[in-house]
Amino acid sequence: METAAHVNRDVPDSVRTGAGAAEAPAPGRGRARSRRVRWRRWAEIALLAGPGVVVFVTFVIVPVFLAGYYGFFEWTGYGIPTEFVGLRNYELILTDDAFLEALSHNGFILVMSLVLQGPLAIGIALLLNRRMRGRSLIRVLIFVPYVLSEVIVAIGFSLMLHPTGAVNDMLDRLGLSGVAADWLADPDIAIWSLMMILVWKYIGFAVILMLAGLQGIPDELREAAAIDGASYWQTQWHITLPLLGPTIRIWAFLSIIGSLQVFDLVFVIWGQYVADTAGTSTMATYMVANGRTSGEYGYGSAVAVVIFLISLVIALVYQRFVLRRDTEGALTEGVA
Amino acid sequence: MVSGRGSPVAYLVAFALVGICLAPTVYIILGGFRTNSQIIRSPAGLPEPWEVGNYTGVLAGEVFWQQLINSVLAAVGTTVGVVVLGLMTSFVIARYPFKAKHLMYSLFAAGLMFPVTVAITPLYIMVRDLGLTDTLAGVILPQIAFAMPTTVIILVPFLRAIPKELEEAALIDGASRLGFFVRMVIPLSLPGVITVGILAFVASWNSYLLPLFLLSDNALYTLPLGVQAFASQYSIDTARVLAFVSLSMIPALIFFSLFERRIISGLTGAVKG
Repeated sequence: METAAHVNRDVPDSVRTGAGAAEAPAPGRGRARSRRVRWRRWAEIALLAGPGVVVFVTFVIVPVFLAGYYGFFEWTGYGIPTEFVGLRNYELILTDDAFLEALSHNGFILVMSLVLQGPLAIGIALLLNRRMRGRSLIRVLIFVPYVLSEVIVAIGFSLMLHPTGAVNDMLDRLGLSGVAADWLADPDIAIWSLMMILVWKYIGFAVILMLAGLQGIPDELREAAAIDGASYWQTQWHITLPLLGPTIRIWAFLSIIGSLQVFDLVFVIWGQYVADTAGTSTMATYMVANGRTSGEYGYGSAVAVVIFLISLVIALVYQRFVLRRDTEGALTEGVA
Repeated sequence: MVSGRGSPVAYLVAFALVGICLAPTVYIILGGFRTNSQIIRSPAGLPEPWEVGNYTGVLAGEVFWQQLINSVLAAVGTTVGVVVLGLMTSFVIARYPFKAKHLMYSLFAAGLMFPVTVAITPLYIMVRDLGLTDTLAGVILPQIAFAMPTTVIILVPFLRAIPKELEEAALIDGASRLGFFVRMVIPLSLPGVITVGILAFVASWNSYLLPLFLLSDNALYTLPLGVQAFASQYSIDTARVLAFVSLSMIPALIFFSLFERRIISGLTGAVKG
């Protein structure tokens, strides 16, 4: 396989150093093994792992590298790219106000997700971690939004948040018609609406994670603190929260990466053009609007590379400075 | 006692929370039972009287069923592919002694850094050049590929945990390593396989960006694409759209209620590694 060989040479070198550290020497099986046995073993390995590796390399690794390659061309997607433009695409992207605006929206989503979802999820998890009736049912129900597809969520909310939709009607009935607004079109409000929908959709996942983390904290610790005279909240603050640290940090990592990829919700609710004027565009919607839709595949690929590099830098920095003590670089570590 | 029976405040908060989480879903389902004039007159009201025409209308048409079948085919194809390829690859990484396996593991783990969003533009070109656009296979193969990293990460520890003695016993009894794989590994790793399969199924069921790029033929639309197309085609007929949306929600909800424990433990397990 030409593609597989190509990638095997190029890709994993960067990871190899990481893998090497954890690598244990393959158990020596003695030299007595005949060549036939060894050949047979390699045949088995190829037979078993071959299909998985080929599919993965073909549809994940190669496209990612192709994106890097196409990004240097002005190309409409037909034939072989010939119009090499060097870093021109990247220059255009990084000086395009529309992209910078999209980037700032991703940044806003990233920060607000952490600020809003984190404390909320921890609070809810603490609440649900106490003994109460119907606890397991509650857990399942708050997870429902996470299971629904983003398209369904998007259509449901775009109908509800319409100026003459259910939300404004509800506010009206509660005598709060002053609060009613054009939730999706008003550029001052739209991004907050998006934020609320994101919180609604993903809070269940955060809560479930936190609950799993809480279950790993032995009750004895909290009981000991209670015996020493700590109040419930003191115990949570001084005992539970620090011990929940690893879970919180992993959740934050996932939330950050997710925030940089937001696409479906925005694309379905606002569409690729309205998102700009409503102030909810994201890097991914910018990529689709300026890549595929306008037939500029070189440019679209360059945007993909920018998104990837931004995510990668943030992920590495986060791993280096925050996650390090929990996982010791789980992503780059070999089979431990 | 740190945790008592739960105070009324706790119940109140929990109740409000569940309400907020379910309200949009309930709105969609109930909205499907109303008429457009009811919805215009009072957007947040209840069905009065209940109108089943929207639902029966959608169910009587071909579009919904066609898209349901497409979604099922894509999800089943993806799940089977992920399970088969994932299990075979993980088995090699977990149990064959050879040097490149660490490299292989790292390659898959690195795949976690490449979400579909990043690869979609060249992926579209590649699938097109392979002649797979507007085929479900063109959606299924990339979906399998993008599910491989999580699958390998979940399955490898599972397969390593199978005791070496079991393998040796099988070998002594004359089974080959492949025989051991088929007769012992597959049954023993079933819990991990189910988790991985369910995650792949749910991801495929909800997948939007990939089919959006790769499918332009309406006849091949999966439900997420179909729901969006339906919503823009019948944008004036809100009640019908709501009925269509809630019908497309049902399979996911049934699936979730059946496998709720596995989905939740799979997701938290995958995250905690």
